[in-house]
Amino acid sequence: MTVAREVSKTPALAAERQRAPSPAQFRIPQTLWVRIGLIIAAAMFVLPFYWMANSALKGIQELSSIPPTLYPHVPAWDNFVSAVTYIPFGTFLTNSIILTTGVTIGAAISNPLIAYGFSRIRWPGRDFVFGIVMASIFLPFPVLIVALFDIFAKLQWVDTFLPLIVPAFFGNPFFIFLMRQYFLGLPMEISEQARIDGANEFQVFLFVILPLAKPAVAVVIIFAAVQAWGEFLTPLLFLQDESKYPLSIGLQFYRQSHDVAYNLLMAASTLIVLPIIGLFLMFQRFFIQGVTAGSLKG
Amino acid sequence: MIAAPRFRLSADDRRNLRTALPFIAPWIVGFFAFTLYPIVYSLYLSFTHYSGFGDATPAGFENYQHMVSDSLFWQSLGNTLYYTALAVPVGVVVAIVLALMMNQNVREVAIYRAAFYVPSILPLFALTFIFIVLLNPGFGLVDYVLGLVGLPAVNWLGDALWTKISIVLLAQLGAGGPALIFLASLRAVPAELYEAARLEGAGPLRRFYKITLPLITPVILFDLIYGTILGVQIFTPAYVLAGGTSGGGAYTTGPENSLLFYVFYLYKSAFQYSDMGYAAALAWVLFVISVVLSFAILRWSRQWVHYEGA
Repeated sequence: MTVAREVSKTPALAAERQRAPSPAQFRIPQTLWVRIGLIIAAAMFVLPFYWMANSALKGIQELSSIPPTLYPHVPAWDNFVSAVTYIPFGTFLTNSIILTTGVTIGAAISNPLIAYGFSRIRWPGRDFVFGIVMASIFLPFPVLIVALFDIFAKLQWVDTFLPLIVPAFFGNPFFIFLMRQYFLGLPMEISEQARIDGANEFQVFLFVILPLAKPAVAVVIIFAAVQAWGEFLTPLLFLQDESKYPLSIGLQFYRQSHDVAYNLLMAASTLIVLPIIGLFLMFQRFFIQGVTAGSLKG
Repeated sequence: MIAAPRFRLSADDRRNLRTALPFIAPWIVGFFAFTLYPIVYSLYLSFTHYSGFGDATPAGFENYQHMVSDSLFWQSLGNTLYYTALAVPVGVVVAIVLALMMNQNVREVAIYRAAFYVPSILPLFALTFIFIVLLNPGFGLVDYVLGLVGLPAVNWLGDALWTKISIVLLAQLGAGGPALIFLASLRAVPAELYEAARLEGAGPLRRFYKITLPLITPVILFDLIYGTILGVQIFTPAYVLAGGTSGGGAYTTGPENSLLFYVFYLYKSAFQYSDMGYAAALAWVLFVISVVLSFAILRWSRQWVHYEGA
C-alpha cells in the first residue's frame, strides 16, 4: 500500500519540480514584497472611503475631537436618518433616479442603432464620418455650454429635465465606438443569411444582431447609468428650481449654514457612492470589458 | 460633403447609403443640434454683447480685446495650464504604475484591481466632498498621518500653494480607469519578448524600459491627449471645493483665486455676470487652446511613439 502511494506521488512531484525550477526560499519573499507594495497602494485608494464612513458615523462632538478618532467610538447610526431629513434628500434622490433612467434608456436605444450604421453596412464615406464621431471625443464640453444654454433657453427647456435627457437619445461617441467594435467582431455571414431569408436591414439589426450584442449593450447601459448618476455640470447649468435638483447639486445644501454638517455630508456621500460600488460588484466583468473594449486593437 | 460625390456612386453604394442613413440619422441630428451648431453659434455670440435676454448687439472684436487686458482671464488660464501640466504627467505615471500592479501574478490580484478601479467610476462631486473631510486640518486623515510621521500639517484647502495640489491628488483617484487600458496593452505584449530578454540577462527595470514602455507608447499618447482635454476643462472639484454657491450666490474661487480655473471663469462670466458674449469668446479660445495642445502633443509624439510594423 505504501509503495503504491509512493509510486503515484512521484511523477507528480517530478513534474512540479520541472515546472518551477527556482527554489522555494527565493520565491516566497519576492511575492511577499510585491504583496506589501500592492496592499499599501490599495490602502491609499480605499482609505478615503474608510474615512468617509468613519466620519459619517461620528457624532458632532467626536468629529471635532483632536486628534481624530480612527473609528467611531460611539457610532451615530442616526446620522443617516438626519442626513436624509436635513435636506430634501428624497426629492433629490427621485430626480437623480429619473435623470439616470432617462439617460440610460436614451443611451441603450441610440448607440446600438448608430453603431450598427457605422459597422454592419458598408457605405461610401463611412470611415471618414466615423472619424468625425471619434474626433468629437476630444472636444471639451464646456466650449458648448454658453450656446447650449441659450439654445435651451429659447426652446424653453431650461429648468426641465429635457436638456439633460434628450441629448442621450442622439448617441455618445464613446458608446458608439464601443458598440461598433462589438458589431465588427460578429461574422458578416449572419447578416447575409438573414437578408437572404428576406429580412430588411432593420429586422436584421433588431432580431439578429442586437440579441447577439447583449453584452455590449449591457456595458453601455452600465456606463451610461454610472455617468448620469455622477453628472454635475449639466444639472448645475440647466436646472434652477431646487425641487428639480439631483443629488449632485442638492448636496451643496449641507453647507448652506455656517456650520457645515460634515458628518451628515459624509453619510449622504456614503449613500451616493454605495449603489455604484454595488453595481460594480454585481457586474465587474462588464466594467472591465467596457474599459478595455477598443484598447486591445489600439 | 457626403452628398457631393453622389452621382459618381454605383447603384450598390447608393442603396447602402440609403440603408445606413436611418441608423446614423440620430447621430447626425444630435451632432448638428448639440455640437456643430452650438460651436458656430458661440462664434457668432463671441462678436456680440449679450446678456442672455433681449437681443445680442454687435461688438466686433471687443470681447477678444477685453480678454487681453483682463487679469482674471490670465489668472484662470494660468491656473488651468499649471493644473494640467501637473495633473496629466502625474496621472500617466500613476496609471502605468497601477497597471503594472494590476498585472502582478498574485492570487488575490482581483481585489487590488477592484480597489484601484472602483474610485474612478464614483461621482467626482462625491469624491470632492470626501476630500474636503480627508484634507481637513482638524478631523482629516491626511494631516493626522503627516503629524504622526513628524511632518508639518498642510493647510490643503486654505493655502493657495496647496489647493491645486489637492485637486491633482484628487484626480489620481480616477487613475484606475486609464490603468485598465494600460493593463490591456501590457497583456498584449508577447511573452516571448520578455523571455528572450531574460535569457540575455536583462533585469526587470531594463525589460520595462526596453520592451514594455515602447509597446505601450500608443496608449500613453491617447492618455496624454485625453488627459489634457479633461485637464483644461477642470471644473467640478474646484466648484465644490471652493464652496459652490454657499454664501448667497457669489461663487468663491478659493484662496487668492487659486481655484479660479478657466471653465469656472467662463461659467461665472456667463451666469454670474450675465456676459454671454464674453463667455462665448472665452469658449472659443478654450476650443482653440485644446485643438492646439492636442496637435502639439500629437506632433511631439512622433519622436517617441512606437508603432508596430505588423
